[in-house]
Amino acid sequence: MEQIGFWARLWLAFILPWRVLASRALATRIAHAMRAPAEALEPASTAEPEHGPEAGLPELEPLGSESERDQTTALQLLAILQREGRLIDFLQDDVTAYSDADIGAAARVVHQGCRRSLQEYLEIEPVRATDREGDVVTLEPGFDSARNRVTGNVLGDPPYRGTLAHHGWQVKRIRLPELVPGHDARILAPAEVEIS
Amino acid sequence: MTRLAIGIDLGTTNCALASAPPDGGVPAPLEVPQIVAAGEVSARPLLPSFIYFPPEAQLGAGELGLPWNPEAREAVGTFARAQGAQTPARLVASAKSWLSHAGVDRRGPILPWGAPDEAPKISPVEASARYLAHLREAWQAAHPDVPLAEQDVVLTVPASFDAVARELTIEATKLAGFEEPPLLLEEPQAAMYDWLARRGDAWRRELAVGDVLLVIDIGGGTTDFSLICVREAEGVLELERVAVGDHILLGGDNMDLALAYSVRARLEREGKSLDDWQMRALTHGCRAAKEALLGDEPTDEHPVAIPARGSRLIGGTLRTALSRAELDSVLLSGFFPEVAVDVPLEKPRRAGLTTLGLPYPSDAAITRHLSAFLRRSAEARLDPGHSFVHPTAILFNGGVTRSPMLRDRILDVIRGWVEAEAGSPPRVLEGADAELAVCRGAAYYARTRREGGVRIRGGTAQTYYIGIERAELAVPGIPPRLDAVCVAPFGMEEGSEVELEQSFGLVLGEPVSFRFFGSSARKSDPVGSVVEASEVTELAPVETTLEGAAGEIVQVNLHAHVTEIGTLELSAVDAGSDRRWKLSFDVRGADS
Repeated sequence: MEQIGFWARLWLAFILPWRVLASRALATRIAHAMRAPAEALEPASTAEPEHGPEAGLPELEPLGSESERDQTTALQLLAILQREGRLIDFLQDDVTAYSDADIGAAARVVHQGCRRSLQEYLEIEPVRATDREGDVVTLEPGFDSARNRVTGNVLGDPPYRGTLAHHGWQVKRIRLPELVPGHDARILAPAEVEIS
Repeated sequence: MTRLAIGIDLGTTNCALASAPPDGGVPAPLEVPQIVAAGEVSARPLLPSFIYFPPEAQLGAGELGLPWNPEAREAVGTFARAQGAQTPARLVASAKSWLSHAGVDRRGPILPWGAPDEAPKISPVEASARYLAHLREAWQAAHPDVPLAEQDVVLTVPASFDAVARELTIEATKLAGFEEPPLLLEEPQAAMYDWLARRGDAWRRELAVGDVLLVIDIGGGTTDFSLICVREAEGVLELERVAVGDHILLGGDNMDLALAYSVRARLEREGKSLDDWQMRALTHGCRAAKEALLGDEPTDEHPVAIPARGSRLIGGTLRTALSRAELDSVLLSGFFPEVAVDVPLEKPRRAGLTTLGLPYPSDAAITRHLSAFLRRSAEARLDPGHSFVHPTAILFNGGVTRSPMLRDRILDVIRGWVEAEAGSPPRVLEGADAELAVCRGAAYYARTRREGGVRIRGGTAQTYYIGIERAELAVPGIPPRLDAVCVAPFGMEEGSEVELEQSFGLVLGEPVSFRFFGSSARKSDPVGSVVEASEVTELAPVETTLEGAAGEIVQVNLHAHVTEIGTLELSAVDAGSDRRWKLSFDVRGADS
């Protein structure tokens, strides 16, 4: 899609609020555009990979572009991990002052909640699910270098034989909740005020 | 276009909808979009039966928006349950139990129960309608070309729902925008249909004539029992539901809470106190620990971590553990004690578990409720020669029964009972997903009704009576004694009608009201038989105004008709002119 320039954006920023208020249809389209990333990921999970020695595994769209839409998804995931597993509370604290027992108790909360969330919204599996760590594996010529990183004494051309040090992780499917239009994803957890 | 078969499970704690394709495929649950956190919509097969009314200032505009209603102002489902637990005055829960509670005005705005007047309130009927409307909208959003109104829809109700609660359930479907009233099906029967669907034709080899099936359905908030007999008619096996138990408000949630109270008491002895928020976290923790300890790989104890509410997680988290011994003493001894079959239920003794106005049982022992049910069913002609009905097979349903340990416990207890009378222990019919079996079975039943297949016969699950004052000499200060006269016997099939011979002279133009009673224990009273009113349970009165020339007196007979969808209709019929006046239930409750 064609990128638009600064002045055009300024003009758009000026007229948009009024147009959005005046037109439900336009507002709906914009809302859909803002929600797009979560939906855009889903079709990828069913797309057939076109090549590569590990046929059958789905290809994911590259993550981590600098567009704001992707940032929203990242913030949303953080908010979920905080809500269900208190992850931000855990990471924002300085652990040096605490005993291992205290850290362990807190880690249980984090582990239980975050694990549940990951299982709910993501399907994570090893890149090499059929091999065990420590096994000797062979990388044939044309192997997928994004899925397999070769280290150590790498000489010459593949095939390479080596020991599987880590089986890797990949996301097979991601299904984050859809955000309603206007939701501010930067609020990872609202302040809570108990009215008595 | 062929119609789809759709089953809806309107549960006390969770709702679900499944649809069965016409080609014989397995019924599949619908993924229901719902608010899971402020501003987040996710689709899940279970819709928790909770409604949360946020205060105006609590959430931004559109934060509860759904695909079909961007301006929704209240939440139904996962977020409602989580947020509402922290703000009980704005949470509607257990609407279904209120629907069957005769003591309150079920069309009046009474929920959330006990909430202050400034909070929004709705009636149990309205709350049930909201869940149904949510499911309908979710279906329509997922299948815009398949209008729900044009499909065959079956809605499940507890077997113990009386005629009034069934009528109110149908009323809720109308409020929810269902154009045609769905057929009603008892939940334990739906679970049985799910089992039949999974077995295919093989069920005829697994069940034999003379088998007595006990369905044990223990959900989040309720426990239901049903007995289904296997009979033979013209060389073909037939299933007939022959008895249903009472509506027992006892389920997995009570067990989690009981465990949490036990752990809290222990923590308090250690000098640690918990606030309300931590108590809820502890209840969640106890549920997880319970599931782990009752699971397939039993351990001796399971850690429970209780975080503090503030941002200081480390250092503020209490660590404890739930041990097997504690679980045994609270859960097994508390809810599933090994009792003799003839031990009566404990009489009311208000326990610390309950504070709400619902009629919670005073005896938490599910095994004692079960023995009472089996004993009562034996008295009602079912199993001559035994002091209680000996089931030959058991089908478990409901989330609690996923635990192999609890299933084994229940089986052990029943085995003890039947072996004491030289019977042989029952076998278990292996079910599948205890949480989705009901909606799946309902969808399967909807398809069976159209395309043919094995059916469970049953008819009405209660005997119904009207109250008639005895004609005797008046004594000042003593009200005339009341007889309960049977108007609809147990087991009336859909579409059948009976007539009470006794006729009444009624005045046209004036309201007329009868007291109305039901009993699931008395199964052999024929129409017209008279019993003591104290032996049956009073339900909501039935009333009507006979339209016509005011003042004229007509002789009418009462007719009871079971509709095709499974509700009971009482009418006053003028034998001379064949005019009919339908009587309707007055559910305004005790204070009307």
